[in-house]
Amino acid sequence: MSKRTKKGDVLLSIKGLKIQGFSDEKWHNIINGIDLTLHAGEVLGLIGESGAGKSTLGLAAMGYTQPGCRITEGEIIFDGVDLAKLTDGEKRKFWGTRMTYVAQSAAAAFNPARRLIVQTTASTIRAGIKDQSSAYEDAQQLYDVLNLPDPENIGERYPHQVSGGQLQRVMTAMAMSPRPDLLVFDEPTTALDVTTQVEVLASMRSIVEEFNTAAIYITHDLAVVAQMADVIKVLRYGNEVEEAPTRQMLSAPQQEYTKSLWSVRSLEKPQKLVKDSVLSLKGINAGYGAAKVLNNVNIEVPKGSTVAVVGESGSGKSTAARVITGLLPQMSGSVQFNGEGLPPALADRSKDQKRRIQMIYQMADTAMNPRQTVSEIIGRPLEFYLGMRGSKKTQRITDLLEMIELDASFMQRLPGELSGGQKQRICIARALAAEPDFIICDEVTSALDQIVQEGILKLLLRLQEELGLTYLFITHDISTVNAIADQVVVMNQGEVVEQGLKTEVFQPPHPEYTELLLSSVPEMDPDWLTNLIAKRPQ
Amino acid sequence: MGIVTLFVVSLIIFSAIEYLPGDFAKNILGQAATEETTAAFRRELGLDQPAVLRYGQWIAAVVQGDLGTSFSGRNASGVDRSRQVMDLIAPRLRNTLFLASLAAVVAVPLSLLLGISTALYRNSFYDRSVNMTTLTTISFPEFFVAYILILFLASLYPVFPSLANVDAETPLGERFYRAALPALTLTLVIVAHMMRMTRAAIINLLASPYIQMARLSGASPTEVILKHALPNAWAPIATVIAFNLAYLVVGVVVVEVVFVYPGIGQLMVDAVASRDIPVVQGCALIFAMTYIILNLIADIIGIITNPRLLHPK
Repeated sequence: MSKRTKKGDVLLSIKGLKIQGFSDEKWHNIINGIDLTLHAGEVLGLIGESGAGKSTLGLAAMGYTQPGCRITEGEIIFDGVDLAKLTDGEKRKFWGTRMTYVAQSAAAAFNPARRLIVQTTASTIRAGIKDQSSAYEDAQQLYDVLNLPDPENIGERYPHQVSGGQLQRVMTAMAMSPRPDLLVFDEPTTALDVTTQVEVLASMRSIVEEFNTAAIYITHDLAVVAQMADVIKVLRYGNEVEEAPTRQMLSAPQQEYTKSLWSVRSLEKPQKLVKDSVLSLKGINAGYGAAKVLNNVNIEVPKGSTVAVVGESGSGKSTAARVITGLLPQMSGSVQFNGEGLPPALADRSKDQKRRIQMIYQMADTAMNPRQTVSEIIGRPLEFYLGMRGSKKTQRITDLLEMIELDASFMQRLPGELSGGQKQRICIARALAAEPDFIICDEVTSALDQIVQEGILKLLLRLQEELGLTYLFITHDISTVNAIADQVVVMNQGEVVEQGLKTEVFQPPHPEYTELLLSSVPEMDPDWLTNLIAKRPQ
Repeated sequence: MGIVTLFVVSLIIFSAIEYLPGDFAKNILGQAATEETTAAFRRELGLDQPAVLRYGQWIAAVVQGDLGTSFSGRNASGVDRSRQVMDLIAPRLRNTLFLASLAAVVAVPLSLLLGISTALYRNSFYDRSVNMTTLTTISFPEFFVAYILILFLASLYPVFPSLANVDAETPLGERFYRAALPALTLTLVIVAHMMRMTRAAIINLLASPYIQMARLSGASPTEVILKHALPNAWAPIATVIAFNLAYLVVGVVVVEVVFVYPGIGQLMVDAVASRDIPVVQGCALIFAMTYIILNLIADIIGIITNPRLLHPK
């Protein structure tokens, strides 16, 4: 329990806060007058899509604005002091001591050049809350509470020497070290695998409860926020949509927008059973240099259906895609496509073989040349594979844009002038331009907001229906699998754990790993995490 | 790796000199010399042998530390007053290294200091004026900077001598005094590059999430720069410093000429003018070695300041 505030007191109150950001030579509103009240010991969940202003608001709760942003109106009263009126020098007395921050990507938020324990205790020691030896001792205890392996020595390591999930817990220890009154979690588990996420969520929640710290938990994942927060506030375009206690918000959302957020997860494709394989991987072994990534992988992809490959990062799902495309020739085994063996190396494949297999990537941003217009991007495969020129090409580009529900006015735009969802649609059109039979979708919706995700998934389903496409859909998100897959392949550590029809794989009994993976997917039930921890052997 | 590079460089040096127009023998003996005398003189110098053979002989001697004998001082009469290339180069190299060290001792800390402080107070009046000043000095040719310094510090206000002619007998204190103006010129020329790189390397890192994290844990701007940004910025800074230090050794001939400073640059220019092949080759090889060694040091600094390489998983 904090020395300075009692549970139930108002710790932080934000009134009429307006924040502007500078871009394209103009000031834009990011936050348009938001009120927020946080009591000591309470956890507030901030939820919204990207661009909703949730991170900006979370940082503003600490009195911090990112470079290029400014607070134009409103007050941020923390324990009786208006942070909006303080200089940076004055605010530094609060930062790292009375209020701390847990960032989204721990891998990027730790200084690569300094040992973990030094970073964990830096602000505690600087502020004179503890001396070095007791701060170190306390940090080791925190590591222990957070279930980190080897808590006495892990602090001596550098950030690159521990895993992402462990780093996120070290960062939580760092945030807890000075025993703050307020902790801001900014999407702390977004970059983690589901199985890791569960452990990190559980340790974060228990430590927040143990020290009775007030927290703001920012996320776009409803199921996650349901586990962490007492109160949920929904944001959109810098405005508050609604705020309510967690259970009430989940069971009876009032606003249309909130309801639409809730409904995305219910998208589900009726599966179909197809026998003929269009592509099959037979006994594939592959890797990078001496490191073997795929171990005797066999995957069958039936014609006209969607096979979802699920697994954690490092399970080999993207490597399998690289083998299929020929970017990474396998060491042994064969790739059969339409009944014929594909040459392992891309250079040995015929133009037609290349044309039939296309790929869509996770980051639409980096998968397009930022200097090419949409018509150049889509026109390139038309020219290269199909030899189209002039008005025929233009007509085809228009048709393709229509197929992805965009109009011809997009032709002269550059990728920078498109939204995230539109960019991914252009990538889909580029893949379609080659008139492929088979498309590999590598985490194509992971970087998108839920509502945009839904649009992309629906588009992919419709195109499959109309063009008879076959998809290999790589994802780590089980609700995406539900939405799009006929068949599921579960991969772990370079091996296929289980494969079959969606209903078969999702029905118990499961192999041990599938069980772990499926049970780790957060559910909207606020008691889910509690129940899960109770069920799992420690 | 460095050895291989050095070998390739030696090949390039040799072939470049092979294609140098003009001929030492003709140069020394003058237009009036007969074909026979020229040929005899060439034979004596070994210039009649095929290039491959001469390269082999030269490189074999070089690896044993023998750079050969200078052509100058010989003539057709048979009296040999020539000197070892090593003996010619050594005192010049010492002078050059002295001047280079003097400039480096001032320039490196100065540019680091300016780089860090301008990063700290970026876009301030201070930052702008430092940037403008250093850019101005780097934009003028070296000799211009040198003459301006002579004008102000030697002619108008005679603080330092305009001539920096030192020899082996010059006492150390006197050397510092005489080398002051050339060192100052060199400092002005190289500070801009190093300072701007330091500033850029640090500012580049300021957008990193861990810098925001450091700010949010209450670190002051100075602490952010010194403890969080600088330790991650050493590799690019070291590379630029190495490049500039190498320039101090190999690129200072203009400054040497202006101040009549007997450095290795002048020696090489004279040797090229007189087609004194062994000296030219020796100088070029030393220049190449300077670059390679300094870059090696920069790479090592890059490695030891990178915890990923220093502390593998």
